[in-house]
Amino acid sequence: MNSSRRGFLKSTTAGAAGLVIGFYLPERNELAAQATAAAIPARVNAWVRIGTDDSVTLMIHKSEMGQGTVTSLSQLLAEELECDWKKVRTEFPPIDPAFGLQGVFGSQSIRTGWGPLRTAGAQAHDLLIRAAAERWAIDKAECHAANGVIGNTVNASKLTFGQVAEAAAKLTPSANVPLKMPAQFKLIGKSIPRLDTRDKVTGATKFGIDVRVPGMVYAAVARCPVFGGKVVSFDAAKAKAIAGVKDAVQISNGVAVIADSTWAAFAGAKALEIKWDEGPNAAFSTAGNRKTFTEQTTQPGVSARKVGNGKAALAGAAKEINAVYEAPFLAHAPMEPLNCVAHVRADGCDVWASTQMQTGIAGVARQLTGLPPDKITIHSQYMGGGFGRRSGTDFASEAIEIAKAIKVPVKVTWSRENDIQNGLYRPASVTRFAGGLDAEGWPLVLAANIACPPMGGGGSFGGGRGGGVDSTSVEGIADLRYAIPHMQVDYHSVTGGIPTTYWRAVGYTQNTFFGESFLDELAAAGGKDPLEVRRRLLAGVPRLLGVLNLAAEKAGWEKPLPAGHHRGVAVVNNIGSFTAQVAEVSVTAGKLKVHKVVCATDCGQVVNPAIIEQQLRSAIVFGLSAALKGELTIEAGRIQQGNFHQYDVVRMDETPSVEVHIVPSTEAPGGMGEAGVPTIAPAVCNAIFAATGKRIRRLPIQAQDLA
Amino acid sequence: MAIIRFTLNGKPQSVDVAPEMPLLWVLRDTLGLTGTKFGCGMAICGACTVHIDGQALRSCSVQARTVAGKHVVTIEGLSTDGSHPVQKAWVEKDVPQCGYCQSGQIMGAAAMLAKNPKPSDADIDEVMKFYICRCGTYQDIRAAIHRAAELQAKGGVG
Repeated sequence: MNSSRRGFLKSTTAGAAGLVIGFYLPERNELAAQATAAAIPARVNAWVRIGTDDSVTLMIHKSEMGQGTVTSLSQLLAEELECDWKKVRTEFPPIDPAFGLQGVFGSQSIRTGWGPLRTAGAQAHDLLIRAAAERWAIDKAECHAANGVIGNTVNASKLTFGQVAEAAAKLTPSANVPLKMPAQFKLIGKSIPRLDTRDKVTGATKFGIDVRVPGMVYAAVARCPVFGGKVVSFDAAKAKAIAGVKDAVQISNGVAVIADSTWAAFAGAKALEIKWDEGPNAAFSTAGNRKTFTEQTTQPGVSARKVGNGKAALAGAAKEINAVYEAPFLAHAPMEPLNCVAHVRADGCDVWASTQMQTGIAGVARQLTGLPPDKITIHSQYMGGGFGRRSGTDFASEAIEIAKAIKVPVKVTWSRENDIQNGLYRPASVTRFAGGLDAEGWPLVLAANIACPPMGGGGSFGGGRGGGVDSTSVEGIADLRYAIPHMQVDYHSVTGGIPTTYWRAVGYTQNTFFGESFLDELAAAGGKDPLEVRRRLLAGVPRLLGVLNLAAEKAGWEKPLPAGHHRGVAVVNNIGSFTAQVAEVSVTAGKLKVHKVVCATDCGQVVNPAIIEQQLRSAIVFGLSAALKGELTIEAGRIQQGNFHQYDVVRMDETPSVEVHIVPSTEAPGGMGEAGVPTIAPAVCNAIFAATGKRIRRLPIQAQDLA
Repeated sequence: MAIIRFTLNGKPQSVDVAPEMPLLWVLRDTLGLTGTKFGCGMAICGACTVHIDGQALRSCSVQARTVAGKHVVTIEGLSTDGSHPVQKAWVEKDVPQCGYCQSGQIMGAAAMLAKNPKPSDADIDEVMKFYICRCGTYQDIRAAIHRAAELQAKGGVG
């Protein structure tokens, strides 16, 4: 483990910036002068700092956007560290190679942290024990630590972690440290209250948008309403006439207005008169896009999967079913609008951001400033939601560009309209299915032809291409677990002219809706119960079958419902987890009500059950917003929606009661943040079919679908 | 620019700002009280909710000049130590996920409970459906409001 003095000071600085209003990053020599040994906790290893006051500061390298990393990653570290949980504080560290890639996406924090973080905790524990053993001149086997206190089993004396932390930090970490067996866990597997709750109910939590740096100015950017458009010329006279507006500067993506408040910057950006070259997307429309995508799905694509004879087996089917499914463009719309504070100097660059992609921002900062990595500091802040949007680096890149131009610290804030209209999106897509049943009505063939832009096209990701297939565009269909004898998935990597990025659950957000709805169509065409068909086809996938059966049992699938209520079911195996949902709905006089959702998940070993329940409730509301309301439309290259009145989301009165059941497991942990999103739309739409006999093949659900 | 005097979290406050500047930005940018959040700027989402003379209002859509002489309470002033029954209930139920909208949710819930100390689910929905949470903490918020009502009834007004 790297325990260099510099890395140690940088970490301390970042933490302070996260906690103190108006904290200014001092010069490093200035900081070194302030940094007396007593004031700064010892860096036991990359993840663990322990102060002489016994304070324990854990580094959370996967930032927090609500998914619970601050608490659950602390549980992994503290389990093995054996510190006093009540003394645990957390910080988001700056970039450090010890952490590997610093970014949070793909529901990976627990999956990737499970081994390394317990090991880091165990290693720190071992160092502390060895330091105590040295102090007492006894064998480390004669020491025992719990709650941050090390006991000498020879003479019953005690040392606290804080008393030996500095000595421990100087020792060489052991290569092999034993980890606890699950039966020994004290923190892992427990519903420990979240560490970040208290500050979130007093307004004390600092999100990126709350960062204030002395000398900081505020900026807002006018971007071309058409994606890819460029500034031809601009007149800032009217903007500069607004009280508080200081300047206007052209950047690669538009024109930035610099002001002494966010409000003046917003007003200034609106008052700019800009002549745009709208570029190649000026004629783009969702109607045209839909037509193009739909046509594509009539043509053979690149093969994403073939089982048995594929589509050719349809010739031998007793019955054939055809359907075309569609999903729209979606914005992420996290509650905290995008923002970034940047300060670029000749000798360094500091970026304060609520980001899912610290490593990506550091890379962008290097490119834009030409500074070496050790002169660039990324100060991670709490995120007011991310949902994939903050895995893009566009907002940071823009802020760095402005900061470089104006040479003072600047906070760039996006308006909600900017967020909806100038961002990165979950792409629209079209999938054409052909299915065949055997003579007994069981599914024999499932063929899908997918037209979908690469999901990560505009963000930090290359799109996961392999053999011409964007894996994230076909996930949810190409990896269906059903034992259908003949399957074929074709893919068309269409381009939409609209920048895309991952949206919570990525390809599964639309493909699981498509696939699980079409499977229901096959069941209905064969006169089968949709649960029974799934049970039969999942017989060889015990974990998926397990959650299906659990959800069905808890929902009382066989039991009668109140009059007018109907059920639908859907399953998914994504991000290493297995999830089933049964939705209970009613459709009365064209009005849909989702009453209840029973959700069962098997995500392997569980770190914090309460956080898993939170994430599933969250995912269900998030997915339901898309199913019921989410749609961006584009005309003349312009997104037609601008704020929540036009891009509405599910509210409290529309939220179903959600019941969560977690399967006990000894398997490796799966992901959770995205596990609950995919199945809600198909479970609800399958329930609507049960209620009305109408199959919904296009999201969001339209009023006419319910009439 | 104009000098505007009002009471902020129980203390006299004066600011010299453009009179039409929304209170939200006076609080956040001029005064550095960042607990009140910007979410939409159109009084739709509720993240910027504060109490003005006891009423829950959207500070993004309240011009600074209109608060002259009034009592403004923000999340920082709801209690000095998180002891307001709503805050206590929020902690007990571990409501927040990302937490960004919660200042507004809490201010909205506190104002509602001041008027309706024992709200039904329907009463809660009728008020709280105007507060957006993208993490979908609604079910937990509703449970926490019921719990806050209990705490308030026991005399726990902080």
